[in-house]
Amino acid sequence: MSLLDVTDAAQIYTTRRGLFGRPVKVRAVDGISFSVQPGRTLGVVGESGCGKSTTGRMALGLERPSEGSVTFEGAAMPVPRSAEWRDMRAKMQLVFQDPLGAMDRRLTIAQQIEEPLVIHRIGNAAERKERVAALLVDVGLRPDHAARHPHELSGGQRQRAVLARALATNPKLLVCDEPVSALDVSIQAQVVNMLTDLQVARGIAMVFISHDLKVVRQVSHEVAVMYLGRIVEQGDPEALFADPAHPYTRALVSAIPVPGPRRIPRIVLTGDPPNPADRPSGCAFHTRCPVAIARCKAEVPALRHFDDGRKIACHLADAQTKVAE
Amino acid sequence: MACSIQGCAPVLAGGIKMRRLKIPPLVLIAMLWLVAMVLIALFAEWIRPYGITALDLRARLTPPIGFGGTERHLFGTDELGRDVTSRLIISIRISLMIALGATVIAAVVGTTLGFLAAHFRGWVEQIVLMLIDFQASMPFLILALSVLAFFGNALGLFVVLMGLYGWERHARMARGLAIAANTQGYAAAVRQLGAQPLRIYLGHVLPNIASTLIVSATLSFPEVVLLESGLSFLGLGVQPPMTSLGNMVGSGREYLTRAPWILLAPSTVIVITTLAVSLVGDWLRDKLDPTLS
Repeated sequence: MSLLDVTDAAQIYTTRRGLFGRPVKVRAVDGISFSVQPGRTLGVVGESGCGKSTTGRMALGLERPSEGSVTFEGAAMPVPRSAEWRDMRAKMQLVFQDPLGAMDRRLTIAQQIEEPLVIHRIGNAAERKERVAALLVDVGLRPDHAARHPHELSGGQRQRAVLARALATNPKLLVCDEPVSALDVSIQAQVVNMLTDLQVARGIAMVFISHDLKVVRQVSHEVAVMYLGRIVEQGDPEALFADPAHPYTRALVSAIPVPGPRRIPRIVLTGDPPNPADRPSGCAFHTRCPVAIARCKAEVPALRHFDDGRKIACHLADAQTKVAE
Repeated sequence: MACSIQGCAPVLAGGIKMRRLKIPPLVLIAMLWLVAMVLIALFAEWIRPYGITALDLRARLTPPIGFGGTERHLFGTDELGRDVTSRLIISIRISLMIALGATVIAAVVGTTLGFLAAHFRGWVEQIVLMLIDFQASMPFLILALSVLAFFGNALGLFVVLMGLYGWERHARMARGLAIAANTQGYAAAVRQLGAQPLRIYLGHVLPNIASTLIVSATLSFPEVVLLESGLSFLGLGVQPPMTSLGNMVGSGREYLTRAPWILLAPSTVIVITTLAVSLVGDWLRDKLDPTLS
């Protein structure tokens, strides 16, 4: 049984443009389905505004999907801010992009790591103290960091402290929303390695949201590429990055910097991603797609399963792979 | 290695503490003044030399000691021969009680309403905002006049009425800051950990925005003192024979040219006390913020 099941989930926001503008419905996430097994990682990639973070928030139950369903351990997600919902937080945690903003700057690191234990009434004072000390070691912080305030730590140390807080209650699911994008490259590698080590040691399932394809490739067991609120391609990271099938994935992969001369020419997409409130007809990507045909404009491509376990939403998927060979 | 680091930490923490405890001399003077005021207020009944209504008709309008007065009346006497020192001591007690009580009421009511608005949003927020607008658009003096006219003048009622002054500023600030904290940052993070709303607001949001609220409270404290003085001056505040700082200023103005000490003594107390509260509040705000040291 999978730990987390998201089925046809959509999130619709209503916005109003101008003083007398008509309310416009924006489908930030438009019917996506995926599941996460215990101890596995799903990487979610896509450009800004494609609905990655909203997907993460729905997976955590921080937002209820407007359509579709999210189940955790086979049970539907409780209503946000209810008592059951609060109890459930011990099982699923979020790792934030901005660790300084996510911490209370008036409390010491030890107090903040202890907080989830106090909230969920785990252990007595002495046991909690011991557990905080153990967590600090697990995330690679020194014991004397415990008495510091967040502003007295470096960016990487803060993210480690946020991670220690997220791990305090032994969660089964961790949603990491761009956890390393605020860190510099050398620290990124350290934090990502630590994250994968801890995941293996504790058997945590992860949803890893990022726009950094290299990091996603390193941590994920499965990757979902999102475009304008929909999954356009999903599959094994090695296969997906080695041989991207969807034209959008191909453009993303071609943008990864490689040492030496490029073997595959870079595909530069023209124009901006379309406004989700004014979604193009047919395939949402046809406005920027270099290989679009007439059918792409008229018909929405379904996410089709392929023999190698991959799922692709493109009318040209079969033809494309042949062309690439 | 780890041992040496651990041994190092308390020393470092002690060093930071020592630095934090250093109080600037001006703030120290202000604190001493406030402590003196509170002590005077607490022990007013014991330290006043005479009763506030005790007349010494043969020594009317006696100047203070050093200006031709005697040690019988340290700060001189008023037009009825009442001892200014004794009246000043009781006035400090009454005015301090009103100003302190009113400031606390305003801060508590305002912050609570602001948090309620930020937490529930929707119609609760609309009602709170409507109350804020009502309070802000209504001249407070007129509100005070009508309440005092309808319900008569009792000291308890007067304190509560003064407490209505300035709550809307606290409410506005608390609401804005709490909404900001809720949508992104530490409050959202703690909510996501599964904390009860009470824990989020009292344990995290309140300490984080306390510095702003304290500054606002220290600003409204002098205003309440001055408002009380103004109302008493108009004869709507503390009623004779009871006395307050504003009351003394009001009654002393008729003798400004002949006996300025009746007015100057309470005025000086008002000015120095409000200044002291502002100084201490400002200093306190910096001290409450661990990121400033």
